[in-house]
Amino acid sequence: MKKNRNDHQMSKDKIKLPKHYREPEFSVDGLSDEEKAGKSSRRDFLKMLGFTVGYATLASSCEMPVRKAIPFLNKPEQMTPGEANFYASTFFDGNDYCSLLVKTREGRPIKIEGNRLSSVTKGGTTARVQASVLNLYDTSRLQHPLKNGEKTAWEEIDKKVPTQLNDLASEGKEITLLTSSLISPSTRQLIIDFKDKYPSANWVKYDPVSASAILEANRISFGTAVVPAYQFENADLIVGFNADFLGTWLSTVEYIKGYAKRRNLIDEKTMSRHHQFESMMSLTGSNADERYPIRPSEEQNLLLNLYNEIAEATGADIHPASPAKQNISGIAKELLNHKGKSLIVCGTNDTNNQLIVNAINYLLGNYGKTIDLNTPLYTRQAIDKEMDELVKRMNNGQVGALLVYQANPAYDYYDAEKFAEGTKKVGLTVSFADYHDETAQHATYVCPDSNYLESWNDAEPKAGHYSLGQPTIPKLFDTRQMQDSLLKWMDREEEYFSYIRKYWEKELFPRQEKHLVFESFWNKSLHDGVFEIKTETGEQPEFNASPLKAKNPQENGIELLLYESVAMGSGKFSNNPWLQELPDPLTKITWDNYLSVSPSYARKHKLKNEDLVRMNGKIELPVFIQPGIPENVMAIALGYGRQNAGKVGNGVGKNLYAFVEKENGTRRYHLDEVEIEKTGGTYPLASSQAYYEQEGRDIVRETTFDKWKKKPNSGNEIHEKIEKLHVTLYDKAEFPNFHWGLAINLNSCIGCSACEIACQAENNVAVIGKEEVRKRRIMHWIRIDSYYSEDEENPQVYHQPVMCQQCDNAPCENVCPVAATPHSNEGLNMMAYNRCIGTRYCMNNCPYRVRRFNWFEYVNNKKFPYNMESELGQMVLNPDVTVRSRGVVEKCTFCSQRIQHKKLAAKKEGRQLKEGDIKMACQEACPADAIVFGNLNNKDSEVYKAFKNPRNYHLLEQLHTLPSVGYLTRVRNKETKT
Amino acid sequence: MYKTKVRGVLIEGNKTHGQITADVMRPMEQKTPKWWFATMGLATLGMLAGMYAIVNTVVFGIGTWGLNNSVAWGWGIINFVWWIGIGHAGTAFSIFLLILRQRWRTSINRAAEAMTVVAVICAGLFPLLHMGRIWLAFFIFPYPNTRGPLWVNFNSPLFWDVVAISTYFMASATFWYIGMIPDLATVRDRAKSKVKRAIYGFLSFGWVGRAKSWLRFETAALILGGLTAPLVIAVHSIVSMDFATSVMAGWHTTVFPPYFVVGAIFSGFAMVLTLMIIIRKVFKYQDYVTRGHLDAIARILTFISLIMGTAYATEIFVAWYSAMEGEIYTFFHNRIAGDYTGAFWTMVTCNVVFPQLFWFRRIRKNLTMVFIISIIINIGMWFERYVIIITSLTKDYLPANWAHYSPTLTEVLIFVGTLSIFLIGVLLFIRYIPMMAMSELKGILKETRKD
Repeated sequence: MKKNRNDHQMSKDKIKLPKHYREPEFSVDGLSDEEKAGKSSRRDFLKMLGFTVGYATLASSCEMPVRKAIPFLNKPEQMTPGEANFYASTFFDGNDYCSLLVKTREGRPIKIEGNRLSSVTKGGTTARVQASVLNLYDTSRLQHPLKNGEKTAWEEIDKKVPTQLNDLASEGKEITLLTSSLISPSTRQLIIDFKDKYPSANWVKYDPVSASAILEANRISFGTAVVPAYQFENADLIVGFNADFLGTWLSTVEYIKGYAKRRNLIDEKTMSRHHQFESMMSLTGSNADERYPIRPSEEQNLLLNLYNEIAEATGADIHPASPAKQNISGIAKELLNHKGKSLIVCGTNDTNNQLIVNAINYLLGNYGKTIDLNTPLYTRQAIDKEMDELVKRMNNGQVGALLVYQANPAYDYYDAEKFAEGTKKVGLTVSFADYHDETAQHATYVCPDSNYLESWNDAEPKAGHYSLGQPTIPKLFDTRQMQDSLLKWMDREEEYFSYIRKYWEKELFPRQEKHLVFESFWNKSLHDGVFEIKTETGEQPEFNASPLKAKNPQENGIELLLYESVAMGSGKFSNNPWLQELPDPLTKITWDNYLSVSPSYARKHKLKNEDLVRMNGKIELPVFIQPGIPENVMAIALGYGRQNAGKVGNGVGKNLYAFVEKENGTRRYHLDEVEIEKTGGTYPLASSQAYYEQEGRDIVRETTFDKWKKKPNSGNEIHEKIEKLHVTLYDKAEFPNFHWGLAINLNSCIGCSACEIACQAENNVAVIGKEEVRKRRIMHWIRIDSYYSEDEENPQVYHQPVMCQQCDNAPCENVCPVAATPHSNEGLNMMAYNRCIGTRYCMNNCPYRVRRFNWFEYVNNKKFPYNMESELGQMVLNPDVTVRSRGVVEKCTFCSQRIQHKKLAAKKEGRQLKEGDIKMACQEACPADAIVFGNLNNKDSEVYKAFKNPRNYHLLEQLHTLPSVGYLTRVRNKETKT
Repeated sequence: MYKTKVRGVLIEGNKTHGQITADVMRPMEQKTPKWWFATMGLATLGMLAGMYAIVNTVVFGIGTWGLNNSVAWGWGIINFVWWIGIGHAGTAFSIFLLILRQRWRTSINRAAEAMTVVAVICAGLFPLLHMGRIWLAFFIFPYPNTRGPLWVNFNSPLFWDVVAISTYFMASATFWYIGMIPDLATVRDRAKSKVKRAIYGFLSFGWVGRAKSWLRFETAALILGGLTAPLVIAVHSIVSMDFATSVMAGWHTTVFPPYFVVGAIFSGFAMVLTLMIIIRKVFKYQDYVTRGHLDAIARILTFISLIMGTAYATEIFVAWYSAMEGEIYTFFHNRIAGDYTGAFWTMVTCNVVFPQLFWFRRIRKNLTMVFIISIIINIGMWFERYVIIITSLTKDYLPANWAHYSPTLTEVLIFVGTLSIFLIGVLLFIRYIPMMAMSELKGILKETRKD
């Protein structure tokens, strides 16, 4: 009606209207004569005045936030608002290396993806790499240079420091550059140049968790102090000794790629076999086919016995050793059957152990097959002795200047106090730390390094494998990368960027033939992020036999093992709330480290989870009962207890670095004897899982390799039966174009949790803090359930990623009273946040419990002082994903924004979506390639094939929820027990 | 006319019509007793505590409750179901007994209906408060709107709840009010102050007691009764469907609708018993609410208790018979045994074992015992809802999600708040509304007189 009337009014003059249209629009009945005449009375005037003033006051008194949106005056090239740009770059924090693609939106890096062009990491990432983007937007980062803790200007520093360095150099006093292992060839060159400029300069490398023993052992065995390339993809038989190569040891992404490739049972019909001897329950041990709990002190003796068995069979020298506590002749036999196809790795930082491992690998002919000394790994270069000597020299007053880069010995050196004392005797201490960390506290000058996403850099993680890092955002703060500072202090006018270019032009350009001009070579390398020189494994260096010896295993006393946790590593990223809230892959505990004790020890000493114990009378630690740890062995993670990490990381957990010991020149990460006493107190631990048993339900279906070979659906027989039982009165849902599905290979998945952080970054998942996690309210959209079964002293462990199963008969959908979670015609279970009123009925009715509720407002709330609280921290948010407000339910959406984005891209190109176009955030981050996503309607898609795989089943499929997520059975390469 | 032979005398003490009026009106015409103010003060304090908790919830969020990712419903829904159950008594009492022409209902029905209305108000608070975004609660009403228009999901039992409860509330309130009109007119006629006369005059809709009015009044009561009777069944059936239509072990049960309805009547009758024993004692209404009344209610409770026992046994049997791990775990390892076994056995003892004491005449005659057992039943019924909701949610299909639940102070205070609102409602009722249907009492006076 209304519309018609308007139309008529337009042509009022021309057409004769029906009577009621001709009446005046505004009735004058009841108006006074004055009003009819159009005059207003004094009263009306006052009324209007009152209204106007009142309304204006009201409107202006409500404070409206002013939000500035300034359009580009000159639009930067290649930048379209709403479109993401990807830049190849490189991550290296002194510990882990990863080649990556940085996703930027409107000039802000918001997400890290792996770079598939790198043959080292092959597109995989780890949780820490995924989380590193958040460090960029950390308000606790240093925002300007400091002098004696006070703000200062770069000019001031650039005036003072070179003068002092020059003076010291002319006096011939030592100028020490203390860094972590550095893999940047340009920086390496730069340090050489620096030494030229200041001849008394000295470069000391220091790794908090070092591989010094491996370097040392290889120097003795092969004359070259390197960490060799371990090629897990070539190994049919892997024997690990306390080497958490899937979790934290050396180059995990590379190892996971190789390891998982041999175990997915999709492309290949063979599977590697993995034995793990270990003193704690590590991620690697939890994935092993056979796991043997040992005491740390037992390892050396076991290794030597293993060596002797193999030496006996191959006719090599036998070294005396007391008999082993475990029977290892079976493994020795297996190893002998896999000569040249086996791999023994040991993570203990003890030269003797590493020498025995070298000898065994040599006897088995693994060098050149599964181990390559010609393409060594450069991410660990530090020799422990050098650091000890430096600290001695510092305390003797021999060091004139100390420049610290990417190292924090005041926190993670075992004798941090002595180091701190030493800094007082050093004339000039300069720290390049990006936080005002424990070491920077002692520095005269702190010259904050820029974040890696703001810097130019290059890297050579492995011989012949180069990669480039480029800035993806202008510097947020008044920071300067270390290399630029050095260049400045060397009186060089150039910037590090041109220095890298020159280095590449001089050193790398001649080593390739594809590009004739350097510019083209540079552009290509920068675009790809990597430049790799084809290397042949080639002749391995000569092996020099050396005397092998082993101490007798300790019989009594509680041994303590110090390890790195998967989330925190050595503790560099303590201020990253995503990582602090990442549940440990095995214990699911967040925001703390804790003393893992064995169930039998706990029973004997009446310890419960969260009980406080005092260790060696020095430190109070909460207890966590961890199945799989040998009795009288305890384990606790390093990397916690930071005092100067920043707002988030300060005081989280306890620092255990002081318990690291020195033995034969290497640092030792296990203690022979600790004293434990109960204090009677308790300490709350926040875990995201409380029960670890499957209660006899077929949640993770499993089989053994032998059975699988005979019958591919072994362990999964019930799937077929249940499929037949799916009957319904309703019409079958139809998905005409796409039917999105996702398959998870439980045999590839190792539980590393990279997907959790990737999902958190992609989908703006909130961090809620320890208290709330303890209340079991963690927000992660994808979680990894861990289950233990069988023997509690040496259990089988299962990792199962669970996200929204996008059920085609979803229980959550029909219970929502306001239709906030309907089903799409592409099989997606959608979530309309602004419809949700928060009855939480859907959460109750989801048998997978993947729905998350916003119990509080997690954004801009002082009670949740994590990244979403500050404007800077909010810059990491993905603009394609709604930030959920208080009171609504959220869950995994199958990255619907990614689906939509690729659909639009395909539409623009006028083509259909192709298989593999769309990748979920979890899938892309996964270093094990355990997740595939695609269209179930496409019979050629990977996910369709996975769904047709006899190993495929659906979680709780008996409930007839018809999930769009499939799981492939867990297969262990175990000897079938008869 | 039907003469009650079974029941015998319904109103004792050879009352006349005038005496009845005087007796029923006495609490309204007396000076307000001190205990009334004291209780009112206490209840107001409780309500303020509840208000504080409500403000806390609305301002900060549901996070102030003890819920988590696995247990998304807790005390909020437990108390909702509990109150709705109590809210069943009045209407069930009046209407079923009206339809069955059980005339002994007349001295109790008014109070029972008042209790219903207040209990449903208390119940209605909970689904509202437990919403994450209470300010958008209107999304749940189906009406043509500017949001699309976006309609509600007619498949959702929560929507059925909204419809059922609001209908039930309106029907019970109307039924209660219409029944009061002649009595309100009596109050008006006896009122001494002008204001009181005006107010009750307005409330009694100008009732003058013409024969035609009486005829219409009786008919309206019967029609409304007929309409509301199915609602009594429907409301709690639908509340039970919140659980029965889900997939959770221990919830997904076809026995739920009858089991819930019976359970509701059980708790409602128990609450009526509790209240009537107090009222009878305080206002000396022994002649109206006779021992025969209380005896009849006790007998009904015994019977219902047996039905409850059967329902519990059926559930357990079916769980075992289903051979489904989830169901078996819930019933045998999380109810009969396990972390929540205390709640389960409290439920069984309170609801099945204690009411069996009513088999003994001596106990039925001992009003202290009857009073205690009536309270025990209400505690038991609260635990029944606790057992159903908490045990199924805490340990569901995937053990990785198993979580504990314990309420926070905020949740407890909201419950205390509703208890106080209920008490306030009852106190206002006994002060300002004739507690018994005078007109109806007079109607049965002749037939039951001891001549």
